[in-house]
Amino acid sequence: MTLLSLEHMTVTRGARRVIDDVSLTIGAGEFVGLIGPNGAGKTTLMRAALSLLPAKGTCNLRQLKPSERARAVAWLPQQREIAWPVDVETVVALGRIPYLPRGASLRDDDRAAVGHAVSRMGLEAFAGRIATQLSGGEQARVLIARALAQDTPLFMADEPIAGLDPAHQLSTMRAFADLARDGRSVLAALHDLPLAARYCTRLILIDAGRIVADGPPRAVLTEENVAEVFGVRGAFAETGAGVAFQVLEALP
Amino acid sequence: MTPRALFTSLSVLLVGLFCASLLIGPAGLGIGESLTALIAGGDDPLALVMQEIRLPRAILGALIGVSLGLAGAAMQGYLRNPLAEPGLIGVSGSAALGAVLALQTGVAASFALALPLSGLAGAVIGVLLILMLAGPRGSSMTLILAGIAISALAGALTALVLNLSPNPFATSEIVFWMMGSLADRSMSHVWLAGPIMLVGWGMISLTARTLDALTLGEDATSALGLSLTATRLWLVLGVAASVGAATSVAGAIGFVGLVVPHLMRPLVGARPARLLWASALGGASMVLAADIAVRLVLPDRDLKLGVLMALVGAPLFLHLIYKTRREFA
Repeated sequence: MTLLSLEHMTVTRGARRVIDDVSLTIGAGEFVGLIGPNGAGKTTLMRAALSLLPAKGTCNLRQLKPSERARAVAWLPQQREIAWPVDVETVVALGRIPYLPRGASLRDDDRAAVGHAVSRMGLEAFAGRIATQLSGGEQARVLIARALAQDTPLFMADEPIAGLDPAHQLSTMRAFADLARDGRSVLAALHDLPLAARYCTRLILIDAGRIVADGPPRAVLTEENVAEVFGVRGAFAETGAGVAFQVLEALP
Repeated sequence: MTPRALFTSLSVLLVGLFCASLLIGPAGLGIGESLTALIAGGDDPLALVMQEIRLPRAILGALIGVSLGLAGAAMQGYLRNPLAEPGLIGVSGSAALGAVLALQTGVAASFALALPLSGLAGAVIGVLLILMLAGPRGSSMTLILAGIAISALAGALTALVLNLSPNPFATSEIVFWMMGSLADRSMSHVWLAGPIMLVGWGMISLTARTLDALTLGEDATSALGLSLTATRLWLVLGVAASVGAATSVAGAIGFVGLVVPHLMRPLVGARPARLLWASALGGASMVLAADIAVRLVLPDRDLKLGVLMALVGAPLFLHLIYKTRREFA
């Protein structure tokens, strides 16, 4: 089943093509890492797919009505914003808005989804705490739980693990991998190449608004691709705990 | 406090203050005779005082308080800024300008409702300007900027009217009107402003869900299937209708829309949608209490409601900032 299908997507800002003729499809059960240097167009590509930006080309999500789209895809923006001192459970429950009629309060299945999202992100102990008083990394996990509570087949996240401690980076990546195993799909912009290589089922490498490579991590993170796009030397190597991708040094 | 308990206590407080507003006044009537006169009516002076002076005053106090509290809570929720207040979109300024022009030109004296009607006309022009300036996309920044520009323009034109005012009587009339008061309003003021405010409340209540979602920012809100453009339109029209009507009949009453949401926020767990009705009820209570106070503190001097509100509101606001400054640090 196709969850996301982009055909010839182009986004222009002024005369510049920020996204240049990108086509891709994401089926069920994939954990796709969207990688590329700063300014490559990762955020723009995802926002265009979500219809948050004007764009040319076709996208299955853009053809949906906003209310249907909110049940097809959840979006975790890079900007981690919790504007008011509300408790964690209230923040997570905002993910249920697409399912609730106007003015209705949470029903049993909404509560179940909220509880499930809270435990997936290991936030049980925080449920009653005021979200704005948590640390940045904890707030990030609360916001991931909020998007998970939306319970959509596709989950798009913009740098979801930036600013998390190593243990929570791993547990969050594992949570996304679990989602993919359950038949959902995740598209996440990532900067941590080793973690992306380890957990993603597929990587899409973009540079200057174009797809450079698309496929399994070992096929995408070749020495040439990594050198050309990121300007670093990186390679898969035996670490003792299995083969892992390592970034070795910046190229001159 | 559970939402139900909060709703009940705010409602009890509001009903109590409404009754107190009916029973307190310079005529010094007993409780029993006041209520009999209010309900039975008739042509005697007592019934006239109750039905033509105190009842409209109490009703207007409650309506205006609801409008200001609700509009303030909605503006703060929409802009995600605790410093926002209903006057920010420039509608109260332009309503005041309309009324001031009516006073200056003498139109206000030509027929009974000329003054509030001119105020409403000013509010309509203000809201049309802001919708035109703020542009079609649902961003909040352009709305603030347009609102500031319109407020400044309305303020400058009001100052110009005062500056060119031909005689000191007109000037003092304008100045006193602008201080805001509920004295000497009639049932016809209620019938003029009430329905407009009700429509405004309805529009504002349509934004409740989006205001909750906006806790997560504009991008996440759109991705939850909610329309920022529609929300901004309902918000602007709703605030304009309720606050424009309030200013047209009572002049400028500040601080209610700013302070009441602050007072209520901790009681509703900071949820923007719940804050709407809590601030509506709290705003009504605050305006009624202040309007009772102006009658008790200086009964002979016609202390203006807007003046008292600012005198009480500003220190209260300072106290709130002092208490919550750790959160903003």
